[in-house]
Amino acid sequence: MSQKNSQHNSCCEKPSHEPVGIQTAARPITDVAQQNEVCCGSPPGPESSRYEKPGYALLDFVEAFVQTPAGPVPRVKTDLQWRDHAGTIRARLGINRAQHKIAPGLYCVGKPDAQAPVLVTANYKLTFDALRTELKAVSAWVLVLDTRGINVWCAAGKNLFSTTELIDRVNRTDLKKVVSHNRLILPQLAATGVAAHHVKKAIGFKVIYGPVRTLDIPKFLANGFTSEPSMRKVTFSTLERVILIPVELAHLPKPSFWVLLAAFVISGIGIQVFSFSAAWVRGMMLAVAYAVGILAGAIVTPTLLPWIPGKSFAVKGAIIGLIGGAAIVVLFQSNLQFWGALALMLCTTAVGSYLAMNFTGSTPFTSPSGVEKEMRKAIPLQALALIVALVAWVGAAFAG
Amino acid sequence: MENFRYLPGVTTLTLNRKACVGCGMCEVVCPHGIFSMHDNKARIDDLDGCMECGACAKNCPADAIGVTPGVGCASYIIQTWIKGKNVAACGSEKCC
Ligand code: SF4
Ligand code: SF4
Repeated sequence: MSQKNSQHNSCCEKPSHEPVGIQTAARPITDVAQQNEVCCGSPPGPESSRYEKPGYALLDFVEAFVQTPAGPVPRVKTDLQWRDHAGTIRARLGINRAQHKIAPGLYCVGKPDAQAPVLVTANYKLTFDALRTELKAVSAWVLVLDTRGINVWCAAGKNLFSTTELIDRVNRTDLKKVVSHNRLILPQLAATGVAAHHVKKAIGFKVIYGPVRTLDIPKFLANGFTSEPSMRKVTFSTLERVILIPVELAHLPKPSFWVLLAAFVISGIGIQVFSFSAAWVRGMMLAVAYAVGILAGAIVTPTLLPWIPGKSFAVKGAIIGLIGGAAIVVLFQSNLQFWGALALMLCTTAVGSYLAMNFTGSTPFTSPSGVEKEMRKAIPLQALALIVALVAWVGAAFAG
Repeated sequence: MENFRYLPGVTTLTLNRKACVGCGMCEVVCPHGIFSMHDNKARIDDLDGCMECGACAKNCPADAIGVTPGVGCASYIIQTWIKGKNVAACGSEKCC
């Protein structure tokens, strides 16, 4: 008796009708299905895809493989599955963001031929998802560069989305065998890392810079590879800013632990050397001031950015922090004297200003010369405010 | 970006109009529309809008544009102050 049948017997106690030694694999598939249904309840899943290979996982977003002179090229879906959305949420929250990438190489959408355009992009999964979902009515080749899972703009700035990587990837994928033209369409924001004239000289491909935003790509393709001026400028809408807030906050837990610990210890110092009740009551007020500083600098300032007066981010954050500090003083007024109130307000102002200044890294319009100039002025003031706040807070305990 | 203005008078951007060959690449790649073409030469229209990304200089075939490119990111700059320019990494997740 074959091993398979003996297993069935032990499982369902159903006598086998199969003569010993007959190859069970040759049986029609329906037979097996029926047997399993009787045997173990739920019917089996679908047959393995013919694209599966031992040691490789077939990805959800791959629909099929297209044969090309350079070998099989995966054709990807142009809409997102729940797994894509789940990955997006994780990446936005800063969970395992560095691992959210796909294999570099050549992909395609629709039914591209040798004349179809080649769109070049980064291998950050969110970037790739954004691109393919805009290509629903398009047939094109998609060349994914190894940008270490970093988006186009940041990868270009770090020289990962670079001239050499582009040249290398074109050669390694044998793109010349796949297409009969010599045009590569790059996102405009890749221009920081790629020198079009060097690419042309090295491999003969002409780099055409497409629009800044992926959603303009269908229009760009339909217009014969030209962008309107508005498609070439970066924007920083409220939504674009708000989406960055979770990542800003994701960096705070570790420093915050030490800040809060210090806040409670400092709050306990007073006439009786150290008082635990004071540490608790006054420490709580300081903790609230710190939280309001975070709210001011990392949430309110980014959201209301264009409407807050001032050009430098440190000033914008300080204004919002000061307003927040004033609100706390009103809230705790029965427990506060002048020095304590001053300390809390300086604290929210300094924290708000510092965190707002850190938001410069997430914006698409702050120049490094400008940020450095603002920091040289702001950091000493922020430090001074914190020292004065500290002295005033401890002093208030002795005075009170 | 008209509704976002950063500090004026700080950018390192320069243009050598004599060297310019009029290819128009800088006008295409600049994400802030700083350049426009006049009489087959590039012209800087909005110097203070420049964020020093370096795209224009990188793609100028005539080396007519000068700029010290970099990232306008406070936590990165703090790292360069502490650790020096070569080891500073753009806080792996933070700004980029
Ligand atoms: S450095 Fe960037 S922002 Fe400044 S002019 Fe050149 S392309 Fe435009
Ligand atoms: S990229 Fe250089 S050569 Fe071309 S238009 Fe601009 S400045 Fe002139």
